[in-house]
Amino acid sequence: MSTESIAWSTPQVAAQRPVVERLHDWVTTVDHKRLGILYILYALVFLVIGGVEATVLRIQLIRPHNDFVSPQVFNRMFTMHGTTMIFFAVMPILFGFANYLIPLMIGARDMAFPRLNAFSFWLTAFGGLLLYFSFVGGDGLYGAGNAPDVGWFAYAPLTSKTFSVGHSTDFWTLSLLVSGFGSIGTAINIITTVLCMRCPGMTLGRMPLLAWLNLTMAGLVVLAISPLTAAQLMLLVDRYLGGHFFDTQAGGSAVMWMHFFWVFGHPEVYVLVIPAFAFASEIIPVFSRKAIFGYPVMVAATICIAFIGMSVWAHHMFTVGMSAAGNTFFVLSTMAIAVPTGIKIFNWLATIWGGQIDFKTPMLFCVAFLFQFLIAGLTGIMLGAAPFNWQLGNSYFVIAHFHYVIVGAILFTLFGAFYYWFPKMSGRMYNEALGKLHFWLFVIGFHLTFDFMHIPGILGMPRRIYTYEPGRGWDTWNLIITIGVFFQAAGLLVFIGNLLWSYRRGKVAGSDPWDAWTLEWSTTSPPPTYNFATIPAIKSRRPLWDLKHPEDPDWQYE
Amino acid sequence: MYSLIVAEAAIFTIFVVAYIFYIGKSATGPQPQDVLSAPIFFTICLLSSSLTIHVALRFLKNGKVNSFALWWLLTIVLGALFLAGTAREWRRLIYQEGLTIQTNLFGTTYYSLVGLHAFHVTVGLLALATVALFTLLRHVRQEHAERVEVLSMYWHFVDAVWVVVFVVVYIVGR
Amino acid sequence: MSGRRKVAFAVVHIHVLIALVLGGAAVPAFAEPARAPWSPTNIFAPVSTPAEWIFDLSRFVLTVTAAIFAVVFSLLVYAVVKFRQRRGSNGREPAQVYGSTQVELAWTVIPILIVLVLFLAAARVIASIQNAARPSNAIEVTVIGHQFWWEYRYPSLKVVTANELHIPVSDPAHPTPTFLTLLSADTDHSFWVPRLAGKTDLIPNHPNSTWMDPRETGLYLGQCAQYCGTQHAKMLLRVYVQMPDEFDRWIQEQSRPAQISDTISEGQKIFERTACINCHAVRGTAANGRFGPDLTHLMSRDTIASGAALNTPDNLRRWVKDPSVIKPGSKMPAMGLSDPDLNAVTTYLESLR
Ligand code: HEA
Ligand code: HEA
Ligand code: HEC
Ligand code: CUA
Ligand SMILES: [Cu+2]
Repeated sequence: MSTESIAWSTPQVAAQRPVVERLHDWVTTVDHKRLGILYILYALVFLVIGGVEATVLRIQLIRPHNDFVSPQVFNRMFTMHGTTMIFFAVMPILFGFANYLIPLMIGARDMAFPRLNAFSFWLTAFGGLLLYFSFVGGDGLYGAGNAPDVGWFAYAPLTSKTFSVGHSTDFWTLSLLVSGFGSIGTAINIITTVLCMRCPGMTLGRMPLLAWLNLTMAGLVVLAISPLTAAQLMLLVDRYLGGHFFDTQAGGSAVMWMHFFWVFGHPEVYVLVIPAFAFASEIIPVFSRKAIFGYPVMVAATICIAFIGMSVWAHHMFTVGMSAAGNTFFVLSTMAIAVPTGIKIFNWLATIWGGQIDFKTPMLFCVAFLFQFLIAGLTGIMLGAAPFNWQLGNSYFVIAHFHYVIVGAILFTLFGAFYYWFPKMSGRMYNEALGKLHFWLFVIGFHLTFDFMHIPGILGMPRRIYTYEPGRGWDTWNLIITIGVFFQAAGLLVFIGNLLWSYRRGKVAGSDPWDAWTLEWSTTSPPPTYNFATIPAIKSRRPLWDLKHPEDPDWQYE
Repeated sequence: MYSLIVAEAAIFTIFVVAYIFYIGKSATGPQPQDVLSAPIFFTICLLSSSLTIHVALRFLKNGKVNSFALWWLLTIVLGALFLAGTAREWRRLIYQEGLTIQTNLFGTTYYSLVGLHAFHVTVGLLALATVALFTLLRHVRQEHAERVEVLSMYWHFVDAVWVVVFVVVYIVGR
Repeated sequence: MSGRRKVAFAVVHIHVLIALVLGGAAVPAFAEPARAPWSPTNIFAPVSTPAEWIFDLSRFVLTVTAAIFAVVFSLLVYAVVKFRQRRGSNGREPAQVYGSTQVELAWTVIPILIVLVLFLAAARVIASIQNAARPSNAIEVTVIGHQFWWEYRYPSLKVVTANELHIPVSDPAHPTPTFLTLLSADTDHSFWVPRLAGKTDLIPNHPNSTWMDPRETGLYLGQCAQYCGTQHAKMLLRVYVQMPDEFDRWIQEQSRPAQISDTISEGQKIFERTACINCHAVRGTAANGRFGPDLTHLMSRDTIASGAALNTPDNLRRWVKDPSVIKPGSKMPAMGLSDPDLNAVTTYLESLR
């Protein structure tokens, strides 16, 4: 390992200051690293909350006719679980990493608009609080608590005043509106940062893939969150001003909400998965000891995914009675995504090929990601064949498909990212044994839960049911699925324990524990406020490789 | 700014799509052809304000702050005229024609779309007024041209949106 | 085995296991569709044309995806095992490879071809199911979804009933398919009886349709597949496929008004005095509400409340006393009847044959 201090940074002297003062620093900070960490910690809290909600769902479904919770509570739980996980757990974590890493990786001192950055974070934070305030104020301040229960895609007309009395749906709408503005702010910030703040020598073609993919992600956020914002505004007009956008009694259309939601909703899933691809694209090369295979194609494929991803939304609506022509079109566009995505899988495979794989925890998570994402994508293709979807849609098969992506791909690479960059963020190494334990518990739990979830779907079990009849052949599978959750929870506890323990007790990491190649490893861990004492200048995609291998630098080949 | 404009454009697109989709779908009257007439004069006001802001900016870039202030104020007046026009039209629709946002689908989509645009005009006017204030206080100089240009981009965008809204609401929609 | 090697092997093993499990789940389902369905709602046990065509397509899609899976999976396993870092490697970096146009072209073109094939296969099935001709002897049923029950109307046969759909079996030689028009009275629902056809949503203000031509008699189950509110889970579907003569007899019975004895029973009086008649219809009496299920031939049904409970006198009484005991969140209020009134109403309901 090369731990020699590298010329571009100077060590920072940390002085202990009173708690209140330090807290004040965090609350008022505009530093991209601190905001990144705030995003991540905030989102971790919501990940646990969302996970506990999932646990409630699973306990209720452990056997037929169970009465652990009432139907009303169950419906609130899956709505809150879905909304929390997507908008307040995974998205903020990804934004957090983007915030933390992008300036470091492109050799900048901060994001382009530090204050907008802080503002966006607090908007997102406020949105989350607003959503959870519904537990208190959903029925109006004097009523009992009552969270939204309309499902995370909140189909009309279930959200109209007629069917959703009280304020629970308003909290849902407003929280997404507010956090949506936060997301757009962050996205604009990322775009500007990547386009305008790169260090000398870093042409677009030399950016780390992580920067490229986050740039694409941010573009998608701008294009996708805005329709959601518009749709939420319309819903508010309906609910507060008595409008009729989605009022089917007055000629309004329920299908229009579906279109608006999924015009957002499908790009959204790529917003979530593209940063996950970004982590994999940074971690896999380092632990295979090889440069990423086919860099330009990786970039092109990502942009291609984003573009095609804008035109596939109605594959969530194959059962709403579109014309045969409409269905056929969306089958084609949906399946077309398999091509660029396949290219990415094959490029990662080729990166590993001929390498020397070091199975440290981050790499373990990324290897599992490759396998799991393959399966998840293929079940996506099954769902994309419209007639097959008429059977599989809205069943547990769909739930299995998307948890396979969201947990099996996104959460796994996220854990990989945590372990990979933890030394950079905290200055200390995590505990490798605990990391491995976390991995194995989570792999076992994940497969117990989500492999077996495909089967009740095939056997006709719809989603969002708080209970089911015995004799449908679903019982055993549901039992196994629920057991898996406890392994996942155990894994998550180990993970959190590992973070806490390592933060205090971990070995000091040094600036470059992985012998890696991108700029963030050239500065100290944790980096000083100004990131780089002198702004680095680079000549290739792997500046640190060039430094470490002056006899065989990359820029001779690119 | 460009990203912001893209985001805004996407929001407007959704509202325009909703408007077009609901044309002629109202269960009850009044229908657009009964009550709407194209606000040609106010449209001209708004569109020419794009021109005046452009001229104003040119003066600022050349350091002619006084001429800048003049044209800038003219832009504000034109924008305000447009808003007044919208207000007058709404007043007529609500009190004479009895069309409110609750009346029917036409009312809902009409007020939302035009209202969303009017909201953007208002925000724009406030920003323009702030700059005007600073100008009168002699705080604006040639080197601020770049920042002022961002604002003028926004203003052009708002104007362009009006062209779309106008076509959809007053031409296609009738 | 070295520690590293163990890890690599375990990663591989666990994924082989998944492959077996997923494959294993598919195999029995393929084996004998009609006889051994594994579950009364197995999508791989079709007995009606649309479900069968979908089944054929899914077999094809599954085969193709399984093949892709096998190939990519094997490559991944091979790479992960073969290229793990060995103990005692000399610390030199492996050869750096930056890309290769030929292979990259190959793994772009091959998937494109596969995608085209899958697309064409799907497009054919879409067209044949959605554009199927409607023969003149087809049975027409209008299905109206309500929170949380199903209304069935046979417009040409003058039958209105609820929750249990009866249709004739369709002899492939002389098909008598059933065409359903799907409407909704409130929120979205979805009609899904997996062994008969794929699901289609019922959306207010947006009429849809679907069809089925079961070739075996029997009872087919399903349930609402679009979240529609509190009791979405207990909006169960029951489709009785009958021999043509049986079906005709059922139609005969259903199209009659309620049989009323000469003396109006105590229960009927209470029924008509209470709000019951605002929501329920009993043809031939004063009751003509449409908010709740038609009760004219309540006793001809096996279940009540959309399959939530068996239709026994006991359950009926419990239901009328307080529907939320059986179906919390149901749209029928507890009417607060006294015990004697409750008994009388139940007796009356039991007379609705
Ligand atoms: C978060 C990430 C994510 C990702 C990346 C994906 C990726 C894909 N998804 Fe998924 N999906 C969701 C999240 C995601 N999905 C969610 C959250 C829902 C449910 C929302 C809800 O209803 O609540 C959903 C639902 C969903 C549906 C609707 C189901 C329904 O409700 O009826 C469909 C249907 O087409 C679908 C398809 C696909 C496809 C085709 C891909 C493709 O991108 C996959 C492409 C990848 C591969 C195919 C594998 C690799 C490729 C190769 C090895 C090359 C060779 C392969 C071939 C030639 C086929 N998804
Ligand atoms: C980012 C997105 C994300 C993530 C990470 C997850 C993670 C999980 N999800 Fe989620 N899920 C969604 C997004 C996500 N889900 C969405 C969008 C829906 C659709 C909602 C809708 O229909 O509207 C959904 C729906 C959904 C359903 C279907 C509900 C229904 O239709 O009725 C189920 C059921 O099993 C489920 C289960 C799980 C489980 C077991 C996990 C596990 O991976 C969670 C693991 C985490 C933990 C277990 C928490 C760890 C806890 C601790 C460390 C504390 C210890 C405490 C205890 C164990 C009590 N999810
Ligand atoms: C406010 C409307 C309303 C009133 C009043 C009402 N019902 Fe109901 N009833 C319903 C609804 C709605 C259902 C369907 C509930 C479900 O399945 O979710 C139903 C279902 C039933 C069923 C089961 C029908 C079936 O086919 O499954 C019976 C029996 C019944 N009601 C009897 C009564 C009696 C007796 C009274 C009066 C004492 C009554 N109802 C009053 C709305 C009403
Ligand atoms: Cu009806 Cu779900
Ligand atoms: Cu999608």
